[in-house]
Amino acid sequence: MEKFSGKVWVLGDDIDTDIIIPTEYLALKTVEDMTPYAFSPLRPELAAQIQKGDILVAGKNFGCGSSREQAPEIIKALGIQCVIAKSYARIFFRNAINNGLLLIENDQLRDAVCEGDMVTVTINAYIEHNDNQYPITSLPQNLVEIIEAGGLVKAMQKKNGVC
Amino acid sequence: MGETIIEKIVRNNVGRVVHPGDIVTVNVDRVMIHDIFIPFVAAKFEEMGFTKIWDTDKAVLIYDHLVPASQVDDTRHFREGNAFAAKYDMKHVHRSDGICHQLMTEAGYVKPGNIVFGTDSHTTTYGCVGAFSSGIGYTEMASILGTGTLWIRVPETIKIHITGKLPANVMAKDIILKLIGDLGADGATYKALEFTGDTIEQMSVASRMSMSNMAVEAGAKCALFAPDEKTAAYCEMTLTQKERELVGDTDAQYCQVLHYQAEDFVPVMACPSNVDKIKPVSELVGKEIDQVFIGSCTNGRLEDLMAAAEIVRGKHVAPFVKLIVTPASRKIYRQAIENGTMEVLTQAGAIVTHPSCGLCCGRTGGILTDHETVVATNNRNFLGRMGTSKVGIYLASPRTAAACAIAGKIVVPE
Amino acid sequence: MGMTMAEKIIAAAANVETVKPGDIHTVELDRLMSNDGTTHLTIDMYHQLQNPHIADVNKLVWIMDHNVPCDSVKTAASHKKMRDFAREHNIKFYEGAGVCHQVMMENHVTSGELIFGADSHTCAYGAVGAFGTGVGCTDYLYAMVTGKSWLLVPETLRFELTGKLKDGVYARDLILSIIGMIGANGANYMAMEFGGEGLQTLCMSDRIAICNLCVEAGAKTALMDVDEITLTYLKEHGREPKHIFKSDEDAQFAKVYEIDLSTINPIVAKPHFVDSVVDAKECIGIHIDEAFLGSCNNGRIEDLRVGADLIRGKKVHPLVRFLVVPASAEVYKQALVEGIIDTFMEAGAIVMNPNCSVCWGSCQGVIGENEVLISTGTRNFKGRAGHKDSFVYLANAATVTASAIKGEITTADQIA
Repeated sequence: MEKFSGKVWVLGDDIDTDIIIPTEYLALKTVEDMTPYAFSPLRPELAAQIQKGDILVAGKNFGCGSSREQAPEIIKALGIQCVIAKSYARIFFRNAINNGLLLIENDQLRDAVCEGDMVTVTINAYIEHNDNQYPITSLPQNLVEIIEAGGLVKAMQKKNGVC
Repeated sequence: MGETIIEKIVRNNVGRVVHPGDIVTVNVDRVMIHDIFIPFVAAKFEEMGFTKIWDTDKAVLIYDHLVPASQVDDTRHFREGNAFAAKYDMKHVHRSDGICHQLMTEAGYVKPGNIVFGTDSHTTTYGCVGAFSSGIGYTEMASILGTGTLWIRVPETIKIHITGKLPANVMAKDIILKLIGDLGADGATYKALEFTGDTIEQMSVASRMSMSNMAVEAGAKCALFAPDEKTAAYCEMTLTQKERELVGDTDAQYCQVLHYQAEDFVPVMACPSNVDKIKPVSELVGKEIDQVFIGSCTNGRLEDLMAAAEIVRGKHVAPFVKLIVTPASRKIYRQAIENGTMEVLTQAGAIVTHPSCGLCCGRTGGILTDHETVVATNNRNFLGRMGTSKVGIYLASPRTAAACAIAGKIVVPE
Repeated sequence: MGMTMAEKIIAAAANVETVKPGDIHTVELDRLMSNDGTTHLTIDMYHQLQNPHIADVNKLVWIMDHNVPCDSVKTAASHKKMRDFAREHNIKFYEGAGVCHQVMMENHVTSGELIFGADSHTCAYGAVGAFGTGVGCTDYLYAMVTGKSWLLVPETLRFELTGKLKDGVYARDLILSIIGMIGANGANYMAMEFGGEGLQTLCMSDRIAICNLCVEAGAKTALMDVDEITLTYLKEHGREPKHIFKSDEDAQFAKVYEIDLSTINPIVAKPHFVDSVVDAKECIGIHIDEAFLGSCNNGRIEDLRVGADLIRGKKVHPLVRFLVVPASAEVYKQALVEGIIDTFMEAGAIVMNPNCSVCWGSCQGVIGENEVLISTGTRNFKGRAGHKDSFVYLANAATVTASAIKGEITTADQIA
């Protein structure tokens, strides 16, 4: 089973898309241009601190708000391996899946970790933190297929015979 | 067993009975793409290998977030949108006619029973005419443009029943804010809302629109109003039997049913910086404000401007306070000229901008700075949404907002 | 020896009998206008003073116009600074009322006054025979604190106008022709004075447009003879002249130009200089992305009427963004009553609230890379309207509107 570890950054409930990337920066040319402004209304220094392989842990309703797909794209571009939140807003959830950003739903971890802690994720099985195990529920089959294809673009490319 | 409205719409679309939790692929009746995301949709569409739009009559491109451009790179979105529209022969492009959600129903792109997706979270708005509509990202939009289909999970439905007569100073906005407060910002995640009751039946389509628009702030996937004669008049059509049947059956299964008495509603505000942080305006009275914004796809319609005009008629906006009015569409702007509303507003000192998203999307239209307070009629008061993270945003009805502009502080509208 | 209008105004303000070009005098100022372009910088300097105070707060008029409504976090902070200061010191303050010079003309300026404005187009006030000149914030601050400043007495160029503009030719064509003739520095440090029988044919809106653009020839100020038209305008706005000055018969002018108004044709100033003028016909066919009808130069009711008459019953070209921006709230309200706003809205124009808009290039309506704007604004400098690699053509209201309809530069007579 695939397994990885990472250092966590901890955020609260209702982390909205405008916090993840304010509208002001949405007309920048590329997602890479936008990444320095990730989370800027809440924690302007955070984007620069995040390192490749880190894990984002948050409370309920993560990604609520707008349909901006830059939100999951930026999180991915920052090098975040996965997000573990108590729950997700639905548009964000779809967008993340379509971009191959791994989202894990767990309602206990958020209140157990401190920023900087290490957690280990065993895909489709459980999260480990300080000798505690938190189970992960598995995704519906159609989503697994999109993720396995490498995101929706790749799935469509396959359908259109362009890859 | 009975069906909810959303179950009926999906059944009609896929040709078989569905239940909450089912994952089905639907045929899309219309899509809406706006200026912020068109470059990304265009890039993904071509990257996916599509060479034509599945049905050019069904795609609508609307410029609204960036109109007029406020940063030098904004117009790139227009150029790329124009190029995409020309290349793929798009029939419906609106370049400065107003906010996407307003135009989709106003210009007749959405009809009862339709399934519609848009690259904007407030696409839930079209539930006001009994359509299933929801926001999606640009990758999924690109795939719909190519295939005309999208997978969805059939949602459970929360029924909200309101009966009685609303107090004179309460608007539909107060109802939806109160509901969001009661449900919580994630209280309806993945679910459909269905509104019923005689209060709802009495409501204009414009008022219903304010409510369906904001349903997403409780996490809802869509928010539905059964099509009725008001809907038919608004859509300039006669309802078919199938459309008339788009009501929740008495024996339909709802995951939650909420009952409200209209007389119990009072003017409320969503306090900084969460849409579900609802308080009666009476508890906030006296707080000094710097600006008022009346507009957006939530509350920039004629009845909203008229409600504001009724309050400000013959009065003037308080010194050093700005009242910014952004009508939701060109049509509304012209109607407001025609019936004298615009004159009343401007005589009172309102700054009337061209119809667009304006301040609601936080790129222009009255950006604020630390320690400033704005009362706004739009749909979100997120941290930093209208300037720095130390701006206090209070969401309210147009009536409340107008009263605050005159007083220069938070007051309960008469 | 006789004196010119400019000399007389300075002499009066300096409280001396006579002045001559080249003299430097300490003058008492009548009015000090500042807008949101630079006021926040003035306030920063004010707070650094050892003994900060305002000589006479009644002379100050502060106007928010460049970025209204506010369009960035940075501007929001400078706006708040300006608003708070105005409130604290009880300074006459406008926000949302329109472009500063138009607001000044409608509410404050009168004949014979000496006015500093922290904006180069302050020379517009010469339309009613007031000496208006643009200054930087240091000069402004000094004047704000002392009520005084120093002025170098300028030489005067006299423009003797005869005849009448042909139909379809506007004041803007006249001043662009003059700038083309004398060059962008042709009036450096000088006053440009206008008079003659031809002046009688120009309404106040025309006069403001002419004086406003004189700074594009480098002029320190522009002045027009005060006549019945001036006095009627002032009266309509509830004001009396402070003093009516007129150049003496034997005043010394650096040069006198005689201009027959009937010889002027529609003009276009090509990128990137105001004096790069050609007959408008020479620009026919040039692609445009945006058209702008507005600004302190051409955003008055007369200009909007020209545009509305041309576009009534027609549509803006689908790929052109046609910005219509009344110069003030008063102009907007008048246009509303006359049905002009509705005409533009029906035609598909973008009607903005009164502000500086794209003329200032850092407000709503900016143009992007390689885009082309045709504009009734004041300047066509490189990058002025947005992206550094973009192009601005200046023209009159009719040419701008005709071009918006056609989707490329054209003149009004080409629009059926």
